This record gives sequence, structure tokens and C-alpha cells, in this order.
Amino acid sequence: MRGDARSMTWTSPRTPAQAVRALAADPRALAFAGGTDLMVAWNMGLLNGRAVVDLSRLTPWRMIRASRDGLSIGSLATHAEILRHPAVRARFSLLADACATVGAAQIQNRGTLGGNLANASPAGDTFPALAVYEAVVHCLGPEGRRALPLLEFFAGVKKTRLKPGELIESVFLPSLPKPARAQFRKVGTRGAQAISKTMFAGALWLDRDGVVADVRLAFGSLAPTVRRLRAAEAFLKGRRLDAATSAEAAQLLDADVSPIDDIRSTRAYRLAASRGLLARFLAGR
Amino acid sequence: MRSVGKNVSRREGPEKLTGRAVYLDDLDIPGCWHGVTVRSSVPHGRIKAVKFDPAFPWSDYVVVTAADIPGRNVVTLIEPDQPLLAEGLVRHREEPIALIAHADRAKAYEALKHVTVEYEKLPSVLTIADALAVKEKIYKDDNVFKSFLIRKGDVDQALASADVVIEGEYRVPHQEQAYIENNAVAAWEEDGVLVVRGSLQCPFYVVKALKVLLGRDESKVRVSQTVTGGGFGGKEEYPSMIAGHAALLALKARRPVKIVYDRHEDMAATTKRHPAVVRHRTGLTRDGRLVAQDVDVVMDGGAYATLSAVVLSRGTLHAAGAYECPNVRVRSRVVATHTPPNGAFRGFGAPQTLFAAELHWEKIADVLGIDSLALKRKNLFKIGSITATGQVLRESVGAKSCLDVVVRRSKYAQRRKEYDRWNADPKKPSWKGIGVSVCHHGAGFTGSGEVYLASRAGVALTRAGALVVLAASTEIGQGTNTMFAQVASDTLGVPLDWLEVETPDTHKVPDSGPTVASRTCMVVGGLVRRAALDLKAAFESEHGRVPRTRAELKKAAAALCGAKPARRFEVQYEKPSEVTWNDATYQGDAYGVYSYAAFAVELEIDRATAETKVLRVTTAQDIGKAIHPLFAEGQIIGGCLQGLGWALLEEPVYNDGVMVNSQLTNYVIPTSLDAPPFDVTVVEKPYSRGPFGAKGVGELPMDVPAPAVAAAVKHATGRLIATIPLTPERITAALAADAEAARV
Repeated sequence: MRGDARSMTWTSPRTPAQAVRALAADPRALAFAGGTDLMVAWNMGLLNGRAVVDLSRLTPWRMIRASRDGLSIGSLATHAEILRHPAVRARFSLLADACATVGAAQIQNRGTLGGNLANASPAGDTFPALAVYEAVVHCLGPEGRRALPLLEFFAGVKKTRLKPGELIESVFLPSLPKPARAQFRKVGTRGAQAISKTMFAGALWLDRDGVVADVRLAFGSLAPTVRRLRAAEAFLKGRRLDAATSAEAAQLLDADVSPIDDIRSTRAYRLAASRGLLARFLAGR
Repeated sequence: MRSVGKNVSRREGPEKLTGRAVYLDDLDIPGCWHGVTVRSSVPHGRIKAVKFDPAFPWSDYVVVTAADIPGRNVVTLIEPDQPLLAEGLVRHREEPIALIAHADRAKAYEALKHVTVEYEKLPSVLTIADALAVKEKIYKDDNVFKSFLIRKGDVDQALASADVVIEGEYRVPHQEQAYIENNAVAAWEEDGVLVVRGSLQCPFYVVKALKVLLGRDESKVRVSQTVTGGGFGGKEEYPSMIAGHAALLALKARRPVKIVYDRHEDMAATTKRHPAVVRHRTGLTRDGRLVAQDVDVVMDGGAYATLSAVVLSRGTLHAAGAYECPNVRVRSRVVATHTPPNGAFRGFGAPQTLFAAELHWEKIADVLGIDSLALKRKNLFKIGSITATGQVLRESVGAKSCLDVVVRRSKYAQRRKEYDRWNADPKKPSWKGIGVSVCHHGAGFTGSGEVYLASRAGVALTRAGALVVLAASTEIGQGTNTMFAQVASDTLGVPLDWLEVETPDTHKVPDSGPTVASRTCMVVGGLVRRAALDLKAAFESEHGRVPRTRAELKKAAAALCGAKPARRFEVQYEKPSEVTWNDATYQGDAYGVYSYAAFAVELEIDRATAETKVLRVTTAQDIGKAIHPLFAEGQIIGGCLQGLGWALLEEPVYNDGVMVNSQLTNYVIPTSLDAPPFDVTVVEKPYSRGPFGAKGVGELPMDVPAPAVAAAVKHATGRLIATIPLTPERITAALAADAEAARV
């Protein structure tokens, strides 16, 4: 344990405006939501001397609100709260499935959706589902509110487009027709407490005659940020899903991702496993 | 009254369960400072300078370098080659160079940023292949720390005349012990005695090391164990290093100093299981009877000799597996590399060579067209078998019993057919497989080791009527304290709760040898039983009988002790008369007795991702007698899970001689969700020399999983992958290579 709490300052603002002011005043200040990633860095002594702005008093930001237009998830909603929410389970099941694979129960109880997004790991467990749902990230900063589509929110490995002092307020998932098929699959290093090697979320809508009306396919851990498979999606739309079409679509994976060799896995494995998951999804197995 | 064979409650259980157990870092030591370690950042280099930032307030700190060592700068173990603090040369990454202490832990860590070590980098040898090729000379002329040769019969002649000769090469990686509590010690001087407390397995090892390091008499060093959060061998020899560090800081600071590693430091700097490459050349008759085994073993010892010679010895002695063969040759070497020294880890060389010996049967089965199980049955050890070292197995051979239980309870034959059908269906999302292994594990020290150790243990009776077991064996989660109390109380015929067990403190207990080698119950438990028999005899002759009530015990104690505060009944190890061993020829009784285990594993591999799920484990283990059946089952399940981790998940990744995944996030050990259901049968073939018939259980469970897993992966995928861990990456690459080969 190399973290030194005495070298740090801790403030717990009562309003979003105070939180934004506190963060804007100190560019090195850290916003603390669930703390599940920050505590790892703290343990390594990487946060000594930093100011922490604790967001736990911003209780309205924990709300999950369902409407006809969609679902608004407060940034401080925990993975456990999200995965148990009836509207999430009924209408956005990929996100519920993803939240259920985050860390283990303790992490799900503390970790928040906003924290997951702000941490911007290439392996963020909720991102492929959010990419399929075309989530919109609502931010609050010194210059007011703005909304960023999910894919524009990330700037790279562990980098977001949040400006100094800006916080994630909520995430909005627009309503969508019920897909014919939807699947989330995380390939981690083990049964729990695992960081993903590859992660897939997909949703598929078929015409009455079995032709692909729409399809959204996303992968995590295969690029610096979550990726939608634009080439495969474009190829599939308007085609009938037979074995040859599925196989060809799976080969188009490479056009949108760029996996690497690292201490968790290899590029070759990530590509092979991801193609396998994609083929299985398209085959409806 | 009798407690042996019953699941009595664990002595330290309530304290651990309620969080009241005091681990080293929880010890509140008044005035204690915190020590940290300056470590090398190159695998091999000459230290040009150690620079301390002149702007940093060093007067607030205590700094120790090799120049502060009053005795010899060496970690005393087997060879005097490892310095406690590097001087002039560093031979591996993370090697200790200097020590810093401060009253405040964070300030101590902060100081590390203000020390720079300048090196002249030297060429490094980081792999077994480069060490054998003597790319650089590290140790003597050939980089070989130690080699062994076992010979039985005439292997060359037998191979030349065998119906078939089958070759194979098998590789196993490092493994991290991953105890829950990292290495931690504290040291201070008290009335001229250096006191060391720590999370450790072998308090007398630490005394012997400090005696040389500090140049002081053993009586002026006192080492005692604190509640220890696991060891698995990882706290066998390393505490001698870290205790030396704390002692030097404490003596220079003239105050107590604690050193508590964090996980990263512990994983990167301390010992691991030895990686190994094992080659087999096996001659058989066409119907599968062994005629010759030629085995070559090479292990990676890392930069210093540490325990490598002994690890290699055990690996060598188990290399032919639990099978009888008339002609055997085992050649083995452990080489030096510029990597952190490898050391003790549950199994101690045997899991490495047994992996190869067991998995090789799958290759043989393919060539002969005979199921590997039938081949194993044909050649397995039984009463009267003669081992590679010429040892006749006279008693307590449960190999076949274990295998029979496992084959029956796992429904091996039925499952095999069922999975064959499943795997033949291309529409199934997975492949399934079942694999079986059977291994032996020698209990106690190798060869004449127990004779050299000359361990002592005892039972004391105080005048106040307390009965106290005296042994240096440490409780590291395996149940030592409870087991000793069971053995002593049953031997005396008194209630279990009359027995206390003394803390392993070198000023209070005799040297019972280290807590290693599956010897605590069988060897030290045997000493405790003999000591208790002596006490029982004293009760009978001096008091008329063994006391039946507490009041009577007090009366008897007064009579037996007389004017003395206590009477100690101590005994020393005596070699069983039937055991003979020749260190020069490596012939004879390598171990007094062996434990045996059979293990069946069923697993399912996702065809898309090659993720492996272990469906079920069925195991039977012959440990002579389960003194405490629940603890024995705990050792079996825990050891097997550790073995499953080694087989499927765990892989320390080295880059430039240092472990780069030195955190539990990326060094992946099994979680409870990765643990399959276990069906455990304890087989009891009593050993006449063990207390109540007991043999060793600590390490045996580590031997069996890896070869069974690799056999099951072969059953599932059709591919024999001879290197572990069998990660999805490795399975995918092997299958891709097959597909590529099929295209060409």
C-alpha cells in the first residue's frame, strides 16, 4: 500500500455546480464516483498529493428514469442498480448483461456508469452495449451542458473529450424497436474479477422475409476505444442471413478494429475469438 | 475422547473469522519505522554509483547499504552465493541494493524516488536455452547450479531392443505462490537480543541466516512467527532475506523496523516455481509395458542457487512417474539465468516433472492405439514395485486404489464415449474432454535429508498443569496447531482442549526443521506422538496413571515437575531402520513413503473462443490417515485448484528479466467462479511409521491437475499441447497451426 491519504485533500460538494467549480479550480483534481479504478491507482501511490472531489452527495445523479423516448441513467448509478432496473432489463438487456460481468459483486455495488465512462479503458465493460444503443453522454461543465454521442466521447486509451471541470451528468439511451436478436459476450481472463480480452455486443433487426433490416455490432478491447463494425454492418444490411453471408461479414471485422498483443492476450487470439463470436451471433446460435 | 479422524474445530479459526488475528502489519510496535528497498532495474550490470539526491532530507532517514553489514553479506541457505544487498554487481532485476527507513511509511516510499543507481549494463542470459548454450558465464563454467543422474538397468540397450520408442518434450512455466498476505517482518533489539517477528514458514532458517549476516551468536537472535496468511513455499527461504534487511535497518536506526511488501513488490521480487523443460524417450512393448525410460530435466534456477538443488532433487526423483520400469535414466540440471531466483513452491519440483511423465502417456497411447488409462494401469506402482532409485515399495501403496475410485466415481468410460459423440457433432458450440492422471509424492525430506535435519519436537508439562506441544512447525493455514493437539491428546488419552500449542519462537521451541515438504504431520507429528508417549510413560510410572480430570492433572504435574517450573519431553528424529539412501549414487529409499493421488477432470472448451470451463473434478488421494478429514479435504481442494490455475490460467510474463504482470489483475489465479465442483475421496493406506498411519498431504494435490487437464484438452480438441498454461490463446494458436498444416 503506497497511497498516502494524509497527502490528499477531500471535498464533498453538495451541488453539481459546486463540484464543477471545485474541479475547474484545480486541473489535477480527481472526480471520485465509485472509486473502483482510483483505489487501484491510490494503492500504487500514484494519487499522492492530489485533491479529490467526492461526488457521493450528488444523489440526483444516481437516478435511472425511463420514458417513452428512452432511458436516462444518472452517472452515479452503480452497475448493480443498472443491472437490476426493470426498464434496463426489458428494453436494454445488453447493458444489464454487461453490468453483470463487471468485476464481481463488490465492484458492481460501488462502480458507476459515469466512472466507467470517465476512466475510458479500452476494456470498459459497458461500452459495446452503449455503442449498440447509440448512447448519448450528457455533460455539465463550467460552460454549461452539452451532449456527446458515445463514440465521440472517447479520445483514446484512457482519454475522453471531457473538458477541464466537466463532469458526466447522465447517459441517455434512445428507445429502439425490439431486436430480433441481441447478444452480449465478454471474453475475460477468468470467471470473475476479469478484464476483457474481447467483448461483443450486437443487435439485429430482420424484415418479415428474413432480410437484415438493421444491424448494430460493437466490440471492446480490440482498439483504443470501443468500435462499431461499420463495414460488416453495411455489408449485412439488405442481405439474407445465410452461412456464406455470415462468414463474409465476420471476415470484415478487421476493417474496424486494430487489436494488439499485450500482457492479457494476443492480437491473433483476439481476432480469432472475435470472428468466432460474430459468426455465432449472425448464425443465431 | 478420541479426536484423531474427527473434524474438531480449528484452533485459530474464530480469531481469523472475526478479524481479530494479528498479522505482522497489524502489530502495533511502539516507535516502529518502516523500511523500503532500493532494487535493481537491469538484469545484469555493474553498479557504477548509487546516488542520493543531495536536496532530499536524508538526515530524517536511516539508509543501509552492504557496507553496514557486520558479518557476511550472504543469505545463508545452501550455497553462500546470494548477497543480502548487491555489491558491485547486480545479477537480476529487483535485486536489493540499499535499504531506507523512516517513521512514516509514505515518506519511506517517497525516498525511493530520490535514489538513482547508475549501471554499466552487461549482457544478460534470460532463458534456459541461452544458459545451456553458455551465452555468458553466470555460474562456474557451464551455468549449471546442480545436476543429478539416476540409473537403473541398461537404458540404451533396452531402448535399442524395445518394440516402440516414443519421444516427447514438455514445458511448464513459473508460478507465483499468491499467498493472501505478502511477505512481512519486523525486527528490533531487546536486551542485546535481536528479535524478529514475521510471516514465515521456517523460523530456524532465519536464525541461521542472521547469525552469519550479523556475526552474532544464535542465542542473541530470536525469531518468532506471527499469524501467517499463507505460504505455499513462498515463505520458506525468502523471509531470511527480508528479515536480514529489517535487522540491518533496526540495528542502525536503534529502533524497531517493519518491512511489509506490497503485492507488486512481492510478485516482482520474490521467488516463483521453477520453470522446466522435460524430455522423455520411452521404450515399450507393443502391448504397452514399459521397458525403458530416458528422461532429461532442465529447470531455470534464476540468478542464485537458493533451494534449486533440492527442488531439482525432488523433481528428479519423481521424473519417471508412479510406474515401474526395469531400465530408467534420469538426467537433470538446474541452470542459472539473470532472473529473480526461483524457489520453493508447493510440490517443489515434482509437479514439473510429473506433468511430463503423466502427459507423455497420451502420446504413447496414440502411437500404440491403446487407451492411456489401460497403459497406466498396466505399469502402475504396487506393493513390491521397485522404483528408479531401487527402492522397494514395501507398504502403503494406494496408487491403484485411488485410480479405481476415480475411474468409477467420474464414470470415466461413459463420459469418454459421451464426449466423443458430442465432439463429433459440428453443430455443438463446444468441445468436451475428460483426462485422468495418477501421481505419487514422497513425504518428508529427500534421501538422507531428514537425518541431516535431526529434527526435535516435544511436549511440555508445566507445574501448573498445562500441556504444551513444542514444535517449530508453523501454522500457515493448513491446520498444524489443531493437528498437533489432536495427535498429542489422543496419544496421551486426554481431552483435546487440555493441549496448548506453543507459538513457533526459536527461544521457546526446539528446531523441528522447516514447515515444508509435506513433512509436518508425518515427520513432526510423529515426533510429537513419541514425545507424548514419553510423557504418558512418565505419568504412569511417577503418578500411577494418566490424569483423568483437570484437578488430577494439576496434582500429577506438581509431582512430575517437582521444583522445576516445567518438564519437557523432547525427542529427536530417528531414521527408520529399513530406510537406506546413498547420496553419491542416488540409490536407495528416496523417501520413507509416498502418498498417491488420482485425478479426473472434465472440461468444456468454447469452439469460438477456446475459453475453458472446468466442469467437474473427481479425485482420490491416499494420505495414510486423515488426522483431520476436513482439513485434509481442504488441502486437497486448495492444492488441486492451485494446480488447475497453473494448468489453465497462471503465466508470469517476463520481459527483460522481470515479471511484467506483477499484480493480481493480470496474473490470473482462479476465483471461486473458476472452481469446479470437487468430488474428493480420502484413501487411507496406513504407513507404519506415520502418526496414526498418516503420510503427507500438503503437496500431492498440486501434482495431479496439470497433466489431467492437458489430457482432457487433447480429448476435447484432438491436439496434445505439451506446454502449460493451456490458455485460450495457446489452444487457439495450436488449432490454427493444425488448420494451416492441413491446408499445406
